Amino acid sequence: MKLELRGITKRFGSMVANDNVNLIALPGEIHCLLGENGAGKSTLMNVLYGLYQADGGEILLDDKVVKFSGPGDAMAAGIGMVHQHFMLIPVFTVAENVILGHEPTKFGSLLDLEAARAKVREVSAKFGFEIDPDAIVGDLPVGVQQRVEIIKALIGDAKVLVFDEPTAVLTPQETDELMAIMKQLRAAGTAIVFITHKLREVQEVADKITVIRLGKVVGEADPKSTANELASMMVGRAVDLDVEKDPAKPGKPTFKVEGLSAWSHAGTKVLDDINFEIHEGEILVIAGVQGNGQTELTEAIIGMHGKTAGSIQLDGRELIGKNVKQVLDLGVGFVPEDRTEDGLVAEFSIAENLMLDRSDRKPFAKGLNINLDYLKKFALEKLKQFDVRAQGIESKASQLSGGNQQKVVLARELSRELRLLVASQPTRGLDVGSIEFVHEQIVATRDSGIPVLIVATELDEATQLGDRIAVMYKGKIVGIVPSNTPRATLGQMMAGISA
Amino acid sequence: MKQSKRTTISLLVLSLIGLWLFVSAPAGTTEISISTDSDIFKLPSFGLGVGFVSGIAFAAQVLAVIASGYFVLGRNHKTPRWVVILFAVALVFEILVGLFAGKTMTFTSLLQGSLALAVPLIFGSLAGVLSERVGVVNIAIEGQLLAGAFVSALIASLSDNMFAGLIGAVIAGALVAWVLAVFAIKYVVDQIIVGVVLNVLVVGLTNFMFSTLMVSNLPFYNQPPRFDKILIPLLGQIPVLGPVLFNQTLIVYLMYVAVAVVYVALFKTRWGLRVRAVGEYPKAADTVGINVFRTRYVSVILGGALAGLGGSFFTLGQVGAFGKEMTNGAGYIALAALIFGRWNPLYAAFAALLFGFAENLQYGLAIIGSSVPSEFLLMLPYALTVVAVAGLVGKVTGPAASGKAYIKS
Repeated sequence: MKLELRGITKRFGSMVANDNVNLIALPGEIHCLLGENGAGKSTLMNVLYGLYQADGGEILLDDKVVKFSGPGDAMAAGIGMVHQHFMLIPVFTVAENVILGHEPTKFGSLLDLEAARAKVREVSAKFGFEIDPDAIVGDLPVGVQQRVEIIKALIGDAKVLVFDEPTAVLTPQETDELMAIMKQLRAAGTAIVFITHKLREVQEVADKITVIRLGKVVGEADPKSTANELASMMVGRAVDLDVEKDPAKPGKPTFKVEGLSAWSHAGTKVLDDINFEIHEGEILVIAGVQGNGQTELTEAIIGMHGKTAGSIQLDGRELIGKNVKQVLDLGVGFVPEDRTEDGLVAEFSIAENLMLDRSDRKPFAKGLNINLDYLKKFALEKLKQFDVRAQGIESKASQLSGGNQQKVVLARELSRELRLLVASQPTRGLDVGSIEFVHEQIVATRDSGIPVLIVATELDEATQLGDRIAVMYKGKIVGIVPSNTPRATLGQMMAGISA
Repeated sequence: MKQSKRTTISLLVLSLIGLWLFVSAPAGTTEISISTDSDIFKLPSFGLGVGFVSGIAFAAQVLAVIASGYFVLGRNHKTPRWVVILFAVALVFEILVGLFAGKTMTFTSLLQGSLALAVPLIFGSLAGVLSERVGVVNIAIEGQLLAGAFVSALIASLSDNMFAGLIGAVIAGALVAWVLAVFAIKYVVDQIIVGVVLNVLVVGLTNFMFSTLMVSNLPFYNQPPRFDKILIPLLGQIPVLGPVLFNQTLIVYLMYVAVAVVYVALFKTRWGLRVRAVGEYPKAADTVGINVFRTRYVSVILGGALAGLGGSFFTLGQVGAFGKEMTNGAGYIALAALIFGRWNPLYAAFAALLFGFAENLQYGLAIIGSSVPSEFLLMLPYALTVVAVAGLVGKVTGPAASGKAYIKS
């Protein structure tokens, strides 16, 4: 089935998320929709799937105009969607999830779960998935959950299949497997729309590439384009994707983690005997699929995690048992993974956010008051130094773009006397320009002789930024390897197989 | 993974009660009568030595604790359910025999009274199940019960027809639920606050109407006809349980049907799958074309209708007249039964029966003049429930989206 989007426009208030977007996807073709975070890709697909109503333009299937008032209509018309955040109910079985919305029944309205199981087995067998229809979805690994999501889309007999950022949660191996599945679907004549911002994936599977920027289509790209060409088109100016950095000149190992274990509230072990050290002037990247203990590791370092055992030493001083304030005062800079939740107070101004950590002491405090003159001077200086684009220092943090928010966090953390920098997914969800800036700052911090710990979930970032890479899997460190280790090896390590 | 020792420890703590009862057991016997006159074959009543029974019951508890310890520590296995049930039965029996020491325990009437007290609780917990399973917290069960009680009394009195009263009760309960649904779903108001406000509102409204309207002419406004008990042939003559379960009013029989229907509807039908999906992850339901809002309205209002029906039991099934605040917190107990019953209609019904039994026990003891203070007995079931929920039921998770409004982007 041929899908055509013609002149789709979607506004949210005064913001134009999609501006006159055109796109044609043909059967047996993988059409990549490439764009940065916030370019309007997901909005466009939500319009296609009936979740949003377009303010202008039309959707055509096989050259006939269709109107979708909800996802039910879109599904009935043969459009399936594999959502970025899986639309699966964790407490239901695979079969129950797959049939939801178009359930086979017997005797009127009793569920026919046997028919559902048979359907799951049939589609599973067709694509070589081994999925137990009676497994509880919440118990399955993320990669398998995604297959359930795919089965769910296919079982409705979808002729057009949309994949919305499907690889964000996958290991490199799982990503390769997904690419193979997409190719298999293409061979079977399905029209595929693949939304992503990862250039490597685009280069691997795309038959056609449409690049979208700030809600507008900026053009089609040749599938044989290089990564830098695609990135330039996506960003709108020449970009260099490689991180500029000289070889590290490691000094003494001043940060040491020995035998670190941690437990969750429920009592399960989330960190299991972690050992590593970082030298002065070196970046160690913790790589791994999200949710393998990285969050807990950074929390344990800055004193935010509840139950921990073992030793974390900075300049010979023990961090375990100290509270967050004491840890920060020892010279730890911390960039949390969720900047809006943990990095900033959204309703505070930029200036207030910049002094959150030191508001109780000189020069920010003057007796019981805040030294507003100094704060103003400090904030203006940081705004300039870190290139924060905002109306002024009184702008609320919530009004800033993701990139500018992250710059505010960095400005605060890097303006202390640092002895260690911990940054968790520092470039998550940022535009390419901001990513470059953040990388530069991190490398500069390293070059000033500070040990740096970065948590990265994207392998490219890990290999480019890191001097060494430690791979985590299920709360353990699988191995610590140099950053020029082949992708395939790192991918295996991320699945728990030690090199 | 190591198994949690929590169940074993809870049983151990509870067995201390058993030990205390055994040690302090008075000499003498408890007479137990388990037959009524209508039984096909009569079982003789018999006396049991209190000390003797306590000893055996306590021994059973000790065995259960040992078995639990063996499974958890020795075999790294969960404590099997039958061990917990054995323990519970032994402890309850020991408590009963101890409480009735030197007196006669008429088992059948004890159970009859329990069921009567449990009927509104069961209806109420079904209302809670239907509402919370679809993602709306229903604190307003109390209000729905009370509205049902009031309206059924009024309409049945005016029309001199109890069936009209029954229908009125259903509509009244549904109406209260509809208000809850509109505020919770459409206006996205905090569901707990709406629920509490509704309860207060219904109390105020019914009190006001009672004082101004009903009191002016009680025979005209507040003297509804009552449902008679219907004895079901054969089933009603089963010893012990027959007269308890199968010599009841229409409302009780409707309750049996309601429990079964809600259970089947929720877990075996297309409708139920969708209801549960909406209560767990409304957005996922939305993306497969399920109308989240409509599903929520329907389920919440159906629940309210059932609670209204339960309310009519107070007036048309039992007392025969409306009284101010006559539900007396039953809605909140129903809420507890619902959670104790893990949002499952069958378990919730059993939990409600348990609460009904505990409440009835104090009446039973007051009549025979037991020396235990009735306030203490009134407290006991709830204190035990807290221990049981914390220790035995473990971590219960309700529907994930319960209490959260769905806002379509």
